[in-house]
Amino acid sequence: MLKINNLHVKLEDEDKQILKGLSLEVPAGQVHAIMGPNGSGKSTLSYVLSGKDGYDVTEGTASLDGEDLLEMEPEERAAAGLFLAFQYPVEIPGVGNMTFLRTAVNAQRKARGEDELSAGEFLKAVRAKAADLKIDAEMLKRPVNVGFSGGEKKRNEILQMAMLEPRMCIMDETDSGLDVDAMRLVADGVNALRSPDRSFLVITHYQRLLDHIQPDVVHIMADGRIVKTGGPELALEVEKNGYGDLLSEVR
Amino acid sequence: MVDTAVKTEQVTRQVSDAAKPTDALSARLAALSLPDGGFTAAARKDALARLTQMGLPGPRDEYWRYTDPKPFNAAQPQPMAVDAGATDSPLFSDLDTLKLVFVDGVFDAAASDDLTLEGAQIELLSAAEATSRHWAKDLYGTLETSGQKPVKRPFAALNTIAARDGVLIRVTGNPSRPVHIIHRRADENADAIWHHVVKLEAGTELTLLETGMSGARSNGVIEADIADGAKLHYIASKRAAHQTVGLSHIFARVHAEAQLKSFTLSVNGSVMRHEGVIEIVGDDAVAHIAAAVLGDGHIGPFHHDDTVFITHAAERCESRQVFKKVLKNGAQGVFQGKILVKPGAQKTDGYQISQALLLDENSQFLAKPELEIYADDVICSHGSTTGAIDEEALFYLRSRGIPHDRAIIFLVLSFLADALAEVDSEELRMQINDRLEAWLTDRTGK
Repeated sequence: MLKINNLHVKLEDEDKQILKGLSLEVPAGQVHAIMGPNGSGKSTLSYVLSGKDGYDVTEGTASLDGEDLLEMEPEERAAAGLFLAFQYPVEIPGVGNMTFLRTAVNAQRKARGEDELSAGEFLKAVRAKAADLKIDAEMLKRPVNVGFSGGEKKRNEILQMAMLEPRMCIMDETDSGLDVDAMRLVADGVNALRSPDRSFLVITHYQRLLDHIQPDVVHIMADGRIVKTGGPELALEVEKNGYGDLLSEVR
Repeated sequence: MVDTAVKTEQVTRQVSDAAKPTDALSARLAALSLPDGGFTAAARKDALARLTQMGLPGPRDEYWRYTDPKPFNAAQPQPMAVDAGATDSPLFSDLDTLKLVFVDGVFDAAASDDLTLEGAQIELLSAAEATSRHWAKDLYGTLETSGQKPVKRPFAALNTIAARDGVLIRVTGNPSRPVHIIHRRADENADAIWHHVVKLEAGTELTLLETGMSGARSNGVIEADIADGAKLHYIASKRAAHQTVGLSHIFARVHAEAQLKSFTLSVNGSVMRHEGVIEIVGDDAVAHIAAAVLGDGHIGPFHHDDTVFITHAAERCESRQVFKKVLKNGAQGVFQGKILVKPGAQKTDGYQISQALLLDENSQFLAKPELEIYADDVICSHGSTTGAIDEEALFYLRSRGIPHDRAIIFLVLSFLADALAEVDSEELRMQINDRLEAWLTDRTGK
């Protein structure tokens, strides 16, 4: 599904290399977790994959089902099936959550040559999915993320994911700022979306989220590269001993 | 020989006369057909004396430093072809309203509804003028005169002198439908001048809509007196042709516990200036004045000026100025907004915000916020920002699959939302938002 090979990325405005030869492959249906200390380049990876401005790819490739991601505009990547759940979802006053979501769903369908959803079909789908995530009708009516609590914003991200039905979901520290109950809701939402043809890349600092979303593979990232890959037990090791031992081991 | 000498002398005199400002004014007035007036005669005469005294503005006038008064000073407007440019139906056309159509500033009875509306008396200035006694006599030119101090507004005086028509509305109840004034163009040379007078009796409420454009050049005045506990919602939409030159003034007097909510949407036009002059004279009153402006210089110059003066002369009153301009392709926006708190106007709550969203580096926003406060127990603040599209928000929208141009439209609507929020009626607000969206979509990529 997602293949990243020897990816080198620097900031566009300054001579600072952030990703230094990162390689990673997420097969269809799997959940991979990326853990790593602050500043290791985890968020940069998620931004570069989804097409944010401000980064230069100096070397390497990234593809989704064989399609070169790096050549596409952000909206094209989304239509191709990539989704990024933001660490800090953006507030957009004056734009209703429903309008935003329906525009996004239909823009993607249009880009893929599918029929757009009618207002009725969309409403039915969004209500059902919102109910699963305990998102009430009032939240759907409000402007995008405006006045939402941290937990509501993250649940709104998962609602978008559920509505857009991406094949490759990247979650950038979705657990940050969530209490235990909210984390469970978010995890349940993600687990409900797991399927043989959908993959996840879950970026997190803590093992806790991975108790709820069981990963198939755990990668440890440091200084712009994947330095160690293993099973779920690797996350437990990080939780117990911190990154220090692991990093000194690979250096 | 003798003939030639006389001719030469005449030419010389004309040239030197033209250089004198008083004669620029004479030429300006000579080009207008001045109504005799009935009940307005004294007000018109008084306005002429005042205008003669103050003269036409020049670039050195403090309030004309950012907007060149030349197109308004010229004796004749530049002719402008009447085309079917605005193909979309006027805003609010599908609402149940009392429609009053003005063509180049003159009432068109055939195109309008009957002037009957429960809870209001509606007349035309042109028809009512013949009478010598009229309720509007105390207001016509009166609020305009009052609004000339401390800042002179010569074109408002000119309007009082020369207005041929307008609507006179006296609200005595709570009309079930809004009054909708619709402006249209017919004559490519028209210098349209209209003057409305609105009087809300105590405890009444009116929604007044004004849409469309008229004239190659336009000059509209509204004088509104809002008695104790009354509410006036004024919502204007001005989508001009690109070359249009226009100015307008709203003079409002707000009495105790009364409310004024004014919102203006402006799109296109080459030089536009809207002035709002509001006097809050009764305690516990509320006055909000807001505008959303879309300016695009891609076809011709775009210059849009909002000049606002709110005077607090009573206690515990609230005023808001919310002005938002979206500018691109070299468009220029101006905002001059003032809050004056008079001695004794304690517990005043005054707020002013002017913001511009510049969609490129060629566009410009000039803001001059002013506060002048003579009471010690007040809350007054102002803010002004000029910025570009929020890249973070743009990326967020695009990452959901929303194409770039569509995402920009969302962010423009988002930017304008605070101004639109000043429209109390959700139905009207939605219609404005939908229309804005349609206009923005229409312009994408052009």
